[in-house]
Amino acid sequence: MNEALSLLSFGPTGWGDEIASGVWVTVSLAASTLPFGLALGFLVALAKTSEDAYLRAGANIYTTLFRGLPELLTLFLIYYGGQIALSAFTQRLFGQPTEVNGFVAGLFALSLVFSSYASEVFLSAFRGIPAGQYEGAQALGLNRIKTMRLVILPQLVRLALPGLSNLWLILLKDTALVSVIGLSDILRNTNVAVGNTKEPFLFFFVACMIYLVLSMVSSIAFGFISGWAERGQETRA
Amino acid sequence: MRMLKTVALAATVLATLVGGAVAQDITKVRIGTEGAYPPFNFQDANGELKGFDVDIAKALCAEMKVECEFVVQDWDGIIPALLAGKFDAIIASMSINEERKKSVAFTNKYYNTPPAVAVPKDSPVTGITAEDLKDLAVGAQSSTTHSTYAEQYLTQSDVKLYPTADEYKLDLENGRLDAVVDDVVVLSDWVESEAGACCKIVGTITPVQEIHGEGAGIALRKEDTALQEKFNAAIEAIRQNGTYETINKQYFDFDVYGG
Amino acid sequence: MTAAAAFIPASPPPAAARRRLGGARIAGLGILALWTLLGVAILWLLVAGYDGEMIARYLPRILDGVLTTLQLVGLSLVIGAALSIPVAAGRLSANPAIGAVTFAYSYFFRGTPLLAQTFLVYYGAGQFVGFFREIGLWWFFRDAFNCAVLTFALNTAAYQAEILAGAIRSVPRGQWQAAQSLALPRGVTLARIIVPQALITALRPYGNEVVLMIKGSAIASIITVLDLMGQTRYAFSKTYDLQVYLWAAILYLAMVEILRRVWDVLERRLTRHLQRTD
Repeated sequence: MNEALSLLSFGPTGWGDEIASGVWVTVSLAASTLPFGLALGFLVALAKTSEDAYLRAGANIYTTLFRGLPELLTLFLIYYGGQIALSAFTQRLFGQPTEVNGFVAGLFALSLVFSSYASEVFLSAFRGIPAGQYEGAQALGLNRIKTMRLVILPQLVRLALPGLSNLWLILLKDTALVSVIGLSDILRNTNVAVGNTKEPFLFFFVACMIYLVLSMVSSIAFGFISGWAERGQETRA
Repeated sequence: MRMLKTVALAATVLATLVGGAVAQDITKVRIGTEGAYPPFNFQDANGELKGFDVDIAKALCAEMKVECEFVVQDWDGIIPALLAGKFDAIIASMSINEERKKSVAFTNKYYNTPPAVAVPKDSPVTGITAEDLKDLAVGAQSSTTHSTYAEQYLTQSDVKLYPTADEYKLDLENGRLDAVVDDVVVLSDWVESEAGACCKIVGTITPVQEIHGEGAGIALRKEDTALQEKFNAAIEAIRQNGTYETINKQYFDFDVYGG
Repeated sequence: MTAAAAFIPASPPPAAARRRLGGARIAGLGILALWTLLGVAILWLLVAGYDGEMIARYLPRILDGVLTTLQLVGLSLVIGAALSIPVAAGRLSANPAIGAVTFAYSYFFRGTPLLAQTFLVYYGAGQFVGFFREIGLWWFFRDAFNCAVLTFALNTAAYQAEILAGAIRSVPRGQWQAAQSLALPRGVTLARIIVPQALITALRPYGNEVVLMIKGSAIASIITVLDLMGQTRYAFSKTYDLQVYLWAAILYLAMVEILRRVWDVLERRLTRHLQRTD
């Protein structure tokens, strides 16, 4: 037990500080993916509810693609393919290649995956809003943007929240894949620790526990957010 | 007009970010290494890069009077990352061989040690021929000369490839593997340490020229000939001025440069 | 003919709205153009990078990888389904101890990354080799494929149990009460009344779970299993040619799409008595 504690301690001989820095990488990767994924997912959902068949088709191809590919493969494609494409591009433009680091590749790949799932969540939330809401807004003389902002979005948030909170938990877990392309997240750093200490069970178990704690904290946070989103509902009951 | 200005500004910022574009004089070299191949390159509990490769790289940079920055990259992706411009040189015990020369350029070797086979201490295996290792599970790190050797010469063994040396070590120790093939220095460093107490080296393999090549060199993009010349001159210089010997002595009690 | 129709002559339908080139249409065309461009680029990459020797050498390996992936996924799903039944029963159980244990199981496997679980089982088992040798199970854990199947089965069992338990909860209480008033025993009620209704609710989530398993199985490649992803990574490490990842992408998409289509047909067939034909 003492031995395990010293392995997990902070400082030059323990791996606690490396794992902590991994937690930071994991959390910041997931947190920076979220806004991109949400925005993209919302746009894709809008395209899917469009009356225009071409726009719907374009959006459907997007979700078929990124929900059908293994996340690991999407990541590799972005990491290697994106690197080659971008480097060729900037080489021509500036005479010097740019670097796609693991973080950016991870952010990009996870945003693609997150947004294609999020678009489905938004889509079913859109369907949960009765047509009367649009008609009512129209009767009040609100234009399309105002209708969206003042009438639809507040209801959409409430309807989409359970689905989105689920996706956030999936996102947190999916970040573990970036360890494979060498980004020093929780799992990568525990891997390095395992290589040095030959204690795979201890370290991988600790890694799992950290992910569990992260998802518990997220669940609590989502509880508060959904309380806030539902604030208008209580008076109605 | 404002739009145009914004675009121009963005382009300038981007160009600055990307680096001093046209500056041809090499002042900064980014070096890719694996960080999981002790004693040549590894990360300690502080996340710091250490090892023979790393020290040689630092000495070469000092010799070339350039600023060096290390980039850790998993082995499987290290050549693609070099080609894609993620860094400018690979100093990670990469063997100079024909297969790799198709995609990258190499400097002269900076060390050369033979491959070897390690087995558990209680193993009945006594030799290193294909016959000795027949029907056994043999591990190697993927995309290495050792994995190529195992696949071409140990055709009757069950060859398993691992992303890093750490993983095949774990599996040799727990008995999933019956033998592993890797550089003799890497294996002996491990079996002599506490972590490798499970295992022993049964013998070294005579290098095969087409596979193992002429030793470990620094891999560069083919077009970077100026950098290649600089590195070659620096290797020569640290061989002459005793720096190489000092680093060699820190790690090994024999000459790793090889004949 | 009603009186109203007689008095009010039918008016012709309104003229079809003139199609305008609106913002949505432009965006739609733009996006489709982008996809076409990407498709052409990929096609060009595959054609320009055509290398007969490479295909001869690696395509058979990659197809072999597809087979391994299918075995891996099939076995994991079947074993997981069997495991999920007791777990679901535990999740529905009134006994708080059983409920807590199954909840912890389910929470652990659903709350941690599959990759971490795979490492935990594969390398963790390796650490306790002495113990597994003693109980005569080492032959099982020795093989990476078995470890992958075990991990995936444990993982999918947790998800499948939640799907099953959720579906059973979704069956209205009236169904239980009606069965009770007919004096049906509990077992019969469950098997003949509740589960058939629950399975229909569960059909869609089950389909999603199969898709997730196909995609998740790519992780096995990291512990030396030569599944589709493993063979692809192998080919990439030899050729540094991005093409092989495109092959893999096409194969994974094909697997997932075929499954989705088959599942849709299955769902339509199984729910045909619920569809209204008007």
